[in-house]
Amino acid sequence: MTSETTSAVNLGLPQLPAPDYPAEVRARLEADAGEVVARYPDSRSALLPLLHLVQSEEGHVTRTGIQFCAEVLGLTAAEVTAVATFYTMYRRKPSGDYQVGVCTNTLCAVMGGDAILDELKSHLGVGNNETTEDGKVTLEHIECNAACDFAPVVMVNWEFFDNQTPESAKRLVDDLRAGRTVEPTRGAPLCTFKETARILAGFPDPRPGAVEASGGAGHASLVGLKLAKGETAPARVVMPRGTVPQQADEPAEPSDTAKPSDTAKPAGAGEAADTPSSHDAPQKTSASDPAHPEGPVKDPQAEDGKTGGATPTGTEEGEAR
Amino acid sequence: MTVDSPEKLLAPVLSAFWDQPESWTLDTYHRHEGYEGLRKALAMPADDVIALVKDAGLRGRGGAGFPTGMKWQFIPQGDGKPHYLVVNADESEPGTCKDIPLLFANPHSLIEGIVIACHAIRSSHAFIYLRGETVPVLRRLHHAVREAYEAGYLGKDILGSGMDLELTVHAGAGAYICGEETALLDSLEGRRGQPRLRPPFPAVAGLYACPTVVNNVESIASVPSILNRGKEWFRSMGSEKSPGFTLYSLSGHVASPGQYEAPMGVTLRQLLELSGGMRKGHRLKFWTPGGSSTPLLTDQHLDIPLDYEGVSAAGSLLGTKALQCFDETTCVVRAVTRWTEFYAHESCGKCTPCREGTYWLVQLMRDIEAGKASLEDLDKIADIADNINGKSFCALGDGAAAPIYSSLEHFRDEYEAHIEQRSCPFDPAASTAWADRSNSAHQEVNA
Repeated sequence: MTSETTSAVNLGLPQLPAPDYPAEVRARLEADAGEVVARYPDSRSALLPLLHLVQSEEGHVTRTGIQFCAEVLGLTAAEVTAVATFYTMYRRKPSGDYQVGVCTNTLCAVMGGDAILDELKSHLGVGNNETTEDGKVTLEHIECNAACDFAPVVMVNWEFFDNQTPESAKRLVDDLRAGRTVEPTRGAPLCTFKETARILAGFPDPRPGAVEASGGAGHASLVGLKLAKGETAPARVVMPRGTVPQQADEPAEPSDTAKPSDTAKPAGAGEAADTPSSHDAPQKTSASDPAHPEGPVKDPQAEDGKTGGATPTGTEEGEAR
Repeated sequence: MTVDSPEKLLAPVLSAFWDQPESWTLDTYHRHEGYEGLRKALAMPADDVIALVKDAGLRGRGGAGFPTGMKWQFIPQGDGKPHYLVVNADESEPGTCKDIPLLFANPHSLIEGIVIACHAIRSSHAFIYLRGETVPVLRRLHHAVREAYEAGYLGKDILGSGMDLELTVHAGAGAYICGEETALLDSLEGRRGQPRLRPPFPAVAGLYACPTVVNNVESIASVPSILNRGKEWFRSMGSEKSPGFTLYSLSGHVASPGQYEAPMGVTLRQLLELSGGMRKGHRLKFWTPGGSSTPLLTDQHLDIPLDYEGVSAAGSLLGTKALQCFDETTCVVRAVTRWTEFYAHESCGKCTPCREGTYWLVQLMRDIEAGKASLEDLDKIADIADNINGKSFCALGDGAAAPIYSSLEHFRDEYEAHIEQRSCPFDPAASTAWADRSNSAHQEVNA
């Protein structure tokens, strides 16, 4: 466990010790951490909120943050690292002020999430889980965020932007980069990722009006209630199941003609292979000995050229989760 | 056509006042008989509360449908250990979108249910495990819990009953698996969210190895109305084995996606008819009754009653009542590939069949979708799915297998078309939400 050992002999152990927070920061975080720990009968339960807390300090979970959590809870850095790398909301590298997540789980993807993500990638010039040069926007694709009746959905710092289109999503990121105030469909006017992380650590949003912002339930949440109250007739023509117009044979034709740029490539399929989503895109392991930055894992590209996104080794696959 | 009117078919209870201004506040909740159920519960012996919920027939709304009162009854009493209630608000099952709007619009129904449940199981500390990716809901929960403490519904000597209760709101950090109850408990203990082997069940050794009840948000939020209006009222809705009301979430290529609260056992046809059907000019191709883990169904199944027995009889599961509807523009292979990628990503890695099986399914599904597979690969994915199904600690593996075998059962010809054509026969642009908007604009130009 001593730092002399790691520096003298290369054991592939984590670099120790992590640099400490400045005294003032540490004192402040310790006070916060005490409040978090007090909520639970067992201190270790505070680990997830504490990881959100250190993320609110530095924008991602650093070695310093891990060391801090370990010291507060009496755990080892390895135990904390094991937890920090399991959950996708903990960022493992410096990222933008605004985390823009496009839902590409099946329903949102089909309803247009794939097109939105593609559009944002080319508009921003970044790939999945990458940050724009100005440090404002980190783009990622996300999984189902429990808003399927508002599909396609984009989340920014975990506030809801419902019923998006490629155009509305582009305007959204442009506004974010220009520093304009952006208000979600459901949620409070955006704060930075760090400020959001503090709410997640269990410290209520201090801004006046944040709880009330965007009003009550969203429109889709109310459609059943309104029907039950007889308030609105269905907005559209009722289509009895048996008598639906038989357009099914050429569903694609109109939009084909509207979109002359289509290539022969099946767009969905090509994309799946080109953009391995967070699904099995390997992530870096946690901070390690500089001489063995990735551990004993071979270069994935060297082994398997068959499918673009394949992660060929079991060990790396394990780390990616 | 003799269609029942929406007023007759629907039964808003939890959603009854979501349209009120500031529906999430304690004031609004009070105006709608809020905390009346709690007052009645606190006047009853704890065992009578359990008996009432059991007799009402409330079953878990998180997917499994286990009787809620029975879960409470399993908590050993007089064992000298602390008891815990943990509310599963980690709603992450693809397609599922009921708990999040419920907590956004009406968080006090959950808090009232929690106090009643804790009275019943003799617990003095409850937790809400909310998925972290929904900050607007977290804000309202923080606010509602503070209001409840100030009003004396939480804290010491609740409403003068002598009951004490602490309620902690805990935000998760992004892991689907934490919706599985034992993984959720590990996560709440500050560990990686990996499912535990059962037995022992959480009722005996749950949080901190103490007796613990884990209930879904909607289950607990349904309890106050049972206390307030009685079990006969509750049983007047739904069927003998699946009584009561519930939230059905309609999404996808439908005219009016949203939340529809109705008695158990309505059919998808009824819900579609009252809500305007599929989007104009399209027809239903396939749907899930309760999220992606429930085997998908087709337009042959429009008339099955959406309750636990009805959907099981049709070869699927009621699950979370997440009715994701896809029309004929949707490629089923693409849909299943996405879900499979999701399960591979979210597999916690503990059990080999799930960890390895989902990984290989993704590779094969991507090849099939891209037209690079052979017909033998269809048997291979069926075989892998069979090797995952029922062979892991938790139901994530079963969920991963469900889209594979159900889509093969109903749409094998579509898989074969991908292989024979060496490409996907569908245009993804046609299934987007705006496809028909550009269509109609285009047609207008032509006219």
